[in-house]
Amino acid sequence: MTIEPIRAFTSRMVALPVENVDTDQIIPARFLKVTDKAGLGDALFADWRYGPDGAPDPGFILNRPEARGARVLVAGDNFGCGSSREHAPWALAGFGFRAVISTFFADIFRNNSLKNGLLPIAVDEAAHRRLMALAAEGGEVTVDLASQTVVLPDGGSVTFPIEPFAKHCLLNGVDQLGFLVGVGPEIDRYEAEHPARVATLGA
Amino acid sequence: MEPRTLFQKIWDQHLVRPETASTPAVLYVDLHLVHEVTSPQAFSELRERGLKVRRPDRTIATMDHSTPTIPRPADGTIPVADPQAAAQLRQLEQNCRDFGVPLLALGDERQGIVHVIGPEQGLTQPGMTIVCGDSHTSTHGAFGALAFGIGTSEVGHVLASQCLLQSRARTMEVRVDGRLAPGVSAKDIILAVIARIGVGGGTGSVVEYTGEAIRALSMEERMTVCNMSIEAGARAGLVAPDDTTFEYLAGRPFAPRGESWERAVAAWRALPTDEGAEYDRTVTLHADELAPMITYGTHPGMGMRIDDRVPDPRHVDDPGQRSTLEKALRYMDLTAGEPLLGRKVDVVFLGSCTNSRISDLRAAAGVMRGQRVAPGVRMLVVPGSQQVKQQAEAEGLDRVFRDAGADWRESGCSMCIAMNGDQLAPGEYAVSTSNRNFEGRQGKGGRTFLASPLTAAATAVRGVIADAREFVQP
Repeated sequence: MTIEPIRAFTSRMVALPVENVDTDQIIPARFLKVTDKAGLGDALFADWRYGPDGAPDPGFILNRPEARGARVLVAGDNFGCGSSREHAPWALAGFGFRAVISTFFADIFRNNSLKNGLLPIAVDEAAHRRLMALAAEGGEVTVDLASQTVVLPDGGSVTFPIEPFAKHCLLNGVDQLGFLVGVGPEIDRYEAEHPARVATLGA
Repeated sequence: MEPRTLFQKIWDQHLVRPETASTPAVLYVDLHLVHEVTSPQAFSELRERGLKVRRPDRTIATMDHSTPTIPRPADGTIPVADPQAAAQLRQLEQNCRDFGVPLLALGDERQGIVHVIGPEQGLTQPGMTIVCGDSHTSTHGAFGALAFGIGTSEVGHVLASQCLLQSRARTMEVRVDGRLAPGVSAKDIILAVIARIGVGGGTGSVVEYTGEAIRALSMEERMTVCNMSIEAGARAGLVAPDDTTFEYLAGRPFAPRGESWERAVAAWRALPTDEGAEYDRTVTLHADELAPMITYGTHPGMGMRIDDRVPDPRHVDDPGQRSTLEKALRYMDLTAGEPLLGRKVDVVFLGSCTNSRISDLRAAAGVMRGQRVAPGVRMLVVPGSQQVKQQAEAEGLDRVFRDAGADWRESGCSMCIAMNGDQLAPGEYAVSTSNRNFEGRQGKGGRTFLASPLTAAATAVRGVIADAREFVQP
């Protein structure tokens, strides 16, 4: 299974200065009745993005011309809290985002994003304020996973942490499911040494 | 040997391969719970790669999120009106058939909310690792099992390998000393915890709940507490197993029997955190000081004592938190400084993986017996499982709710996630025993006050937000 490796990219940012953006906002539950991942970009932030008649709300940032083509979203603290739905990163990626910048991310969202080539970039508060202000002006940044940096137009840069294994997978197109299946012999050994705690097939 | 926490012991027992500087640990999963909403793309992934489900005998599926809860026709059919939901349910049936995964489908007498039926069937046991594509998997931590929600990619990982790639979490102890006053319940404990540590306060941590007040809780109450660990951002919640745990489990369909029961209990008794083991952080609450809690905002951390007043954004120093509160009050259409007691509501929802078990229904019925749901209020009672429903009917609780004018429903997630047609209309206010008050969670434009089953029942009867302490004998 081949996964597209992530390369450095330069993009305009979109500012969403809201804290605790939960996954119900990123994609409301009524859009989860699907059996594939396609087309979820249209449902991204649906309750904020569309009016009661279904027409785009021209005041919402994603509907404004400056959001078109933007690949980086800058949002407030604790982005992606709530439900475990992977539809959230699918919707963000489906819309075209390749990175989200916040001060910190909810654990499950972070995990899910890293499996979909969407970078959760956690920066400190000072850097966050700077990036949010820049995003509000439609500024551009260069995101480079290899050096774990976000480079600003003035040449300044901000570094961000990322789990070494996730970085390795994203840079080299390594597929985690394939990796786990490769651990098979060790799993066999573990199972041989540890009897089942429960057997569900009696159901 | 170094003293270890409960979390550390479970972690150590499930390492297929330990964590290194460059790779996460490979952690074995004892039980994988599956439902219709977060699994289809994972099964598709396996199909595309020609992989099998490694351990269908450690996997079990049910249908709960998008299933109808309306009363069923006498002919035994279960119509699913929403074609998209119906297709998703059919897909789960097909996937379970193709991959040999046992399924407790709609119509099975054991069907129900995945986090209600796992414990009820005795599938959830101390010392296990349990995962599910659902964030409220933390519920199962009430048994001293390490249980957490995963995304769909990871559902695929577990289906294919029965393992997960994991980095070790930090540990947080939440100690609740003292005793709860009458009318104050497990739901109030956890709402108070989240209000205290914040919706992101548990991020990266596994929380272990300890202390006299936690030990005094029944298993169902412990499930309520652990269920909402995720609402504080925690990876999982845990309560050390004890006699309460073993008594609950004994004789359940999937629990060990005979000699293996004795062996299991002996192993479970070794799980609690050792004397001298250290947590990365400890937070202490005093149960005696707790009152019934209610949320006023749009995340579960925005909670207060029910007799308190809505906070004023002008008194919040942090600009981000201030604007968050302002935005929440705008959405809720509430004014800073106003009390919530006495405020009119449109809907009362009693249900969800947080509070839909038999003890929750008994508590609410105790308040509502011989009373009527107030005019202008719609009340939905949605038992967490078919077994809960049957038990409630055997005890006549359904009559209490029906006679009061409430809707008595079939089991499912229902209005907690509002995927199945059970939802609030725009602008409606609900007191809800569920776990999330996010904008639009219970229906676009709907406004949720999270509270306990006792508070929900008291509110249904009064028609306005009410203090459950007025309804219970001290």
